Amino acid sequence: MKIKLRDPNIIMKLSRLGSFHQSKLSFLRSFLSEFKDWDYNRDFFNLDQEGYGEAVYSFKKKDRVYSLVCFANPIKDEERSDRVIATKWDAAFTLHDGIPSKDDIKRLKDQVPKQEVGRLTFKELTLSRANKSVRVFNHVVECLSEGRQPDVNLLSKVGYLYRTTAVYGSGKFGLADRFRIKNREEINGPFRLEMMLVYLVRQFTFDQVNHIAHFKNPNKAVKLDDQICKNLGIGNSTGLGMAPFIVNHPTLLNNWILSRETALKEIREIKIVENEDSELFIDCVKKSLTNITSWNTDSEYQQKKISLLLKNVEKFINYIENNFDFKTEYPFNEIYLWLEQNTCEECIEYIVSIMMEPYSNITNPLVSNMSSDEDKYFNIPTNRTVQELQDIIEIKYPNILDINFNQKENHQNFWFISKNKEEPRLADRFEEHGSELEQPLAVARDIKKLYEKLLSEKNNSSIAEFLSLNSELRHVVRRAFIIEKFPYSEIQDNTISKNIVPIDMLRLKLSFFGALKFDPRSDKWLRICMFQGAPLPGELKSYDEQWVYKANN
Amino acid sequence: MRSLSEIETTAKRASRAVGFSWGNSEEVGKSIRLLEMFGLQGIKNLNHYYKEKETKNFEDLNLISEKNEPSSEAFCPIILGISFLDQIKLIENFDSIHFKKIAHPVIFLSFLSRASEISGKKIHFKFDQNEILLNLNVNISSNILNQEFPKFANEIEIKFVNNQDNFTDSEWNNLYKLAENTFVEESDSLKQGAAGAGLTDND
Repeated sequence: MKIKLRDPNIIMKLSRLGSFHQSKLSFLRSFLSEFKDWDYNRDFFNLDQEGYGEAVYSFKKKDRVYSLVCFANPIKDEERSDRVIATKWDAAFTLHDGIPSKDDIKRLKDQVPKQEVGRLTFKELTLSRANKSVRVFNHVVECLSEGRQPDVNLLSKVGYLYRTTAVYGSGKFGLADRFRIKNREEINGPFRLEMMLVYLVRQFTFDQVNHIAHFKNPNKAVKLDDQICKNLGIGNSTGLGMAPFIVNHPTLLNNWILSRETALKEIREIKIVENEDSELFIDCVKKSLTNITSWNTDSEYQQKKISLLLKNVEKFINYIENNFDFKTEYPFNEIYLWLEQNTCEECIEYIVSIMMEPYSNITNPLVSNMSSDEDKYFNIPTNRTVQELQDIIEIKYPNILDINFNQKENHQNFWFISKNKEEPRLADRFEEHGSELEQPLAVARDIKKLYEKLLSEKNNSSIAEFLSLNSELRHVVRRAFIIEKFPYSEIQDNTISKNIVPIDMLRLKLSFFGALKFDPRSDKWLRICMFQGAPLPGELKSYDEQWVYKANN
Repeated sequence: MRSLSEIETTAKRASRAVGFSWGNSEEVGKSIRLLEMFGLQGIKNLNHYYKEKETKNFEDLNLISEKNEPSSEAFCPIILGISFLDQIKLIENFDSIHFKKIAHPVIFLSFLSRASEISGKKIHFKFDQNEILLNLNVNISSNILNQEFPKFANEIEIKFVNNQDNFTDSEWNNLYKLAENTFVEESDSLKQGAAGAGLTDND
């Protein structure tokens, strides 16, 4: 049986993309898989009794070394902020390419804590900072120093000791450009070095909390239990900075989604499913319920989604246990069709992610297709004709062409870059100033403009001729020729409508990162947790690949 | 040191700020990144050009022919460069293309380099006393690379260089003969056991 890839006009809608969940294709899981054979080491740990100072952690294989350099600094409670406008953090980090020399550490000590206003060099690959979850961190220090383990209920509600507020890479603030390292086999997957940084930061948080507790009460203090450590991840606060990324990197977005869709297609095409595979799948679905029931959020929007997800997953388990036989041919196709008929978008995508669990043979080859050499697709094929471009738009953007942009609610918002922090923001164009400086992120509106313009042109005119008179549409002409080859490169929705939920864009990206427990704090930013339940560095050589579903949250 | 990613983003945003469309600004970002990667003064020249643009009305050339002359002020190197890229399939058939007066020719150069890659031909760019060979966007060779790049080009000629060897047949044959000294003469018995041996060609 041949199954078609799912229709981009359904999958690339924001509500669907905002229902995606982590899977075996997620970057933090593929990072662990790639680096499990590397030698991990804590090379340097020079913190004072209060936990302030420097530390270096590394992954090494043959001649290649990646070193996380950490700087923990005292800050006042009133200075601590997760917002991008903050200027001080509890700790700052950079991933250095190789072994940092004393001079490197001296240089980095001066620059890394400054974050956006510091300067890095091509020897640094990623940059980040993080703040303590003060309530949890202090509780853990207190308990450990008194010789007992902390309250796991409190820990499970938060899920981490520290949360990062930004992770930068790819040339930002002087960091190495992607092209310098893109041919390294071990980073042939998106955001792999960002994932490495976050993973090593997680270990630093455990080491720091143990260190402080020890010096608080050297005679009595105990270390944080490994099982508790495992169930802690790293939090992250994410705002709109992430949203334009998926619009600005169309071929990369395509490759992420296409990999997921290809995996689903191939799984649906499996005629006979082995017992052990169906058992693993069912086991993961059941165990994942803990992830849903321990998913805390104050957001009413998310609470409703979680509640519906939980009901739907329970309904699905009931169906699988009572009305379904895995011995039937093409069982995952049957399951998928049932999900489409009987459950919500969030549940469909949740189960789709879990379907991948038994099939490393399908997902592993796809992981290496998830990067993109975007420059290769930058040039516009200007010898093509107006008719051809019109056809592409009609085929690839059918729902976009139905939107009436003369209606106020369909162009209510605009995206701009904040002068204060050079970060993307979304605002109401009828209430805020600055819409004349709008960023080119209103793709739906501009595609429709392009289409209407093309209708009045001669069909056999070349795109070169068209562009010579219509340069204001060049950015979307480029995109239309990209989507011709990359069907999942475009969000098939209106990113400036009154009803846009920007966190759907964030969730899409974060699900590919491998984030858990999306916790929207408004419609424009959210908190998540990464690596919760993941193996500790010492366990990497042999770990349970389904750790995501087996954490004791 | 600024990363190429920072250079591209800032050049793109600055271009939008001085009035270019987003699509054209994306082209400028890519081109300035390329110049800086080749060690040419992209940022410096773009700065100068945008400063001059405040007071001068540089001319846009949207359709390129064999001979191109502005009516008053020099051609804008950006619009000219984008037009060159867009029309490459048409103009690569011209024997040569002549322009008079281009402002900040190094900016135009970056578009020529990309055009060389698209057309699959080297491009010879000659202006005033200067000669530059753009080699499929892989490198740029010139007699002025170590000097300050002129801010203005008066008489410009562009030729597409047909793909041909840089050497004579006899130079090639001499080298090939030397290379043959790494080969070993096969014995008859080895020849009989080689791939395809024992079969007729008509099976």
